[in-house]
Amino acid sequence: MSGSVTAFFEATVRTATPLLFAGLGETLAEQAGVINVGLEGIVIAGAFGAVAGAAVGGVAFGFLVAAAGGAAMAAVFAVFAAILRSDQIIAGTAVTLLGLGVTGTLYRWEFGPSGAALTIPTMHAMPLPLLDNIPVLGPALFGQPPVAYAAYLLVPALWWWTYRTYGGLALRAVGENPEAARVAGIPVRRVQFAAIMAGGVLGGVSGGTLVLAQVGTFAEGMSAGRGFIAIAIVALGRWNPAGAAAAAVIFGAASALQFLFQAMGWHAPYQLFLAFPYVLTLAALAFAGSARQGGAPAALGRARID
Amino acid sequence: MGLMTTGSASIAQALAAFWHGSLGSEYAIVSATLVRATPLILTGLAVAIAFRAGVLNIGAEGQFLAGATAATISAGLAAAWPNPAQSALALPLALFGGAVAGATWAGVAAWLRQRFGVLEVISTIMLNFIAAEAVAYLVRGPLQEPSHVYPQTPTLPPGLHLAKLVPGSRLHVGFALAVVAAVIAWWVIRETASGFRLRATGANPLAAASAGQIDVRAAATRAFLVSGAVAGLAGAVEVTGVTYALYENISPGYGYTAIAVALLANLDPLAVVASGIFFGALEAGAAGMQRDAGVPSVVVSAVEASIILAILAASAARARWPSPAIPQLLRRPVRTPAAGSDPA
Repeated sequence: MSGSVTAFFEATVRTATPLLFAGLGETLAEQAGVINVGLEGIVIAGAFGAVAGAAVGGVAFGFLVAAAGGAAMAAVFAVFAAILRSDQIIAGTAVTLLGLGVTGTLYRWEFGPSGAALTIPTMHAMPLPLLDNIPVLGPALFGQPPVAYAAYLLVPALWWWTYRTYGGLALRAVGENPEAARVAGIPVRRVQFAAIMAGGVLGGVSGGTLVLAQVGTFAEGMSAGRGFIAIAIVALGRWNPAGAAAAAVIFGAASALQFLFQAMGWHAPYQLFLAFPYVLTLAALAFAGSARQGGAPAALGRARID
Repeated sequence: MGLMTTGSASIAQALAAFWHGSLGSEYAIVSATLVRATPLILTGLAVAIAFRAGVLNIGAEGQFLAGATAATISAGLAAAWPNPAQSALALPLALFGGAVAGATWAGVAAWLRQRFGVLEVISTIMLNFIAAEAVAYLVRGPLQEPSHVYPQTPTLPPGLHLAKLVPGSRLHVGFALAVVAAVIAWWVIRETASGFRLRATGANPLAAASAGQIDVRAAATRAFLVSGAVAGLAGAVEVTGVTYALYENISPGYGYTAIAVALLANLDPLAVVASGIFFGALEAGAAGMQRDAGVPSVVVSAVEASIILAILAASAARARWPSPAIPQLLRRPVRTPAAGSDPA
């Protein structure tokens, strides 16, 4: 029993890691007042980039191409959201369709309609000495691949940058009151463009983590709503990197529940487990919405800036 | 890379396959393009109705699945009726059940929006995934065909098939139904008081509420439910007109293509018919390309995305050099306008 609890915590952290990267990226964009529902397309582009890169140049190059793939998708969105000032929701929806369409086409073109079994190098777990000997939680927290440790470090780093530096202040000013920010000399469009691009890199790394540290291969549409779930994570985390981390762990646990129930011999249709994170997203958004007092950047989603 | 070695000969081959699959013959037009266009017109209409009211319903996919499921279930129940007079009602009931189920599925997102302020873009997409998992479960569980071999429901009895519109083709009366629905939506939005409330709510909810004394929440919710009903009807029509059974992947993403259909039509219900046929030809041609030339049909998603982005770019250009024909949605007012900001 304690073995299956350990496995549950381990699976929680493993599934939370890509959600956390995507959620942190979306937090940056939303703090600048831009809601990017193209995140789903960014994550799948990152996943495809990871496969293409790792097949050629190994795991590290895979992550590099994943980040580049996410950034390429984000650039399309940034042109429409930050420069042309199009409706962010519609532009984001188009970017999601674009990501799913382009990756699906390239994948089938390269590997045939069924998708030949790909063998790519993956990132192995790197247990941290001593720490992974802590009972129950040790292997879950410290028996992960290096990319998970990078995610751990990114949370306080981003928090510090957002709330303790001039750059972070400028970012939040743009999201709260773009007119005032501009009067104060902050280049609003450039800040939003940069925030979207940084979010795209993190979204790409999210897809890369999914492929290189979890699944080990690519499948059409394998992002399976993770980009949208990450948007829910941002709202649940009150637009704060630390909150996003907590929310990502909740969603990781929701996905990992199936391992626990299987270990307990509790049989239920597996579709129930697959649908559970989506139901949880709805519940989380309803909760975040009903507790709406501050938190969301005041100018979130605004296309027009006077 | 396979992509690089694709020469001009195979591009010509792919284009030929596209033409034969979509518009190259009367059979292709009637049995492929128009059959594909039917669910696209209905779901495109659903998206257009919601967007006109300022409701970003990205959930036509899930509402389509809910409608297809409800139509399958009610058809299955009706098949047990012995009385022929009753069974004449079975088909209309299946279509009605589909519309009600679609409205109900949209109603979940409408309720979350009104009660908790949940962004409908996210909630409808989550409901799409939940509907897909529910269908996956049903066709392997309670609704599976009796031999329990295939993950699908039993085939509907012939009495529950929609009649053919053109004898000897695959085109069914659902196409006519879709065109009629578009005309009705056009008339209601253009000519009636509730259509005016819908337009006013979508154009500027603050002005509609303060100057027009319109209950914008009710108007938006009503449009959301009607939108879901039309998408649900699309699912019911697909089951009773084309597939005759429910299975996973019954929709190759109609609900997402619908967004491109509606935007290309500038959210005008009558133009949705033309734009639905255009995308029907695109998808039929892509299916032909995949069948005959091995080109992945998923390339259509990328084409659709490019069309949406091109429309956004064009309207951004128009906003800079104004002309009267800017889609209302694209100059949708901001959610929380700053006090004293320029309302134009």
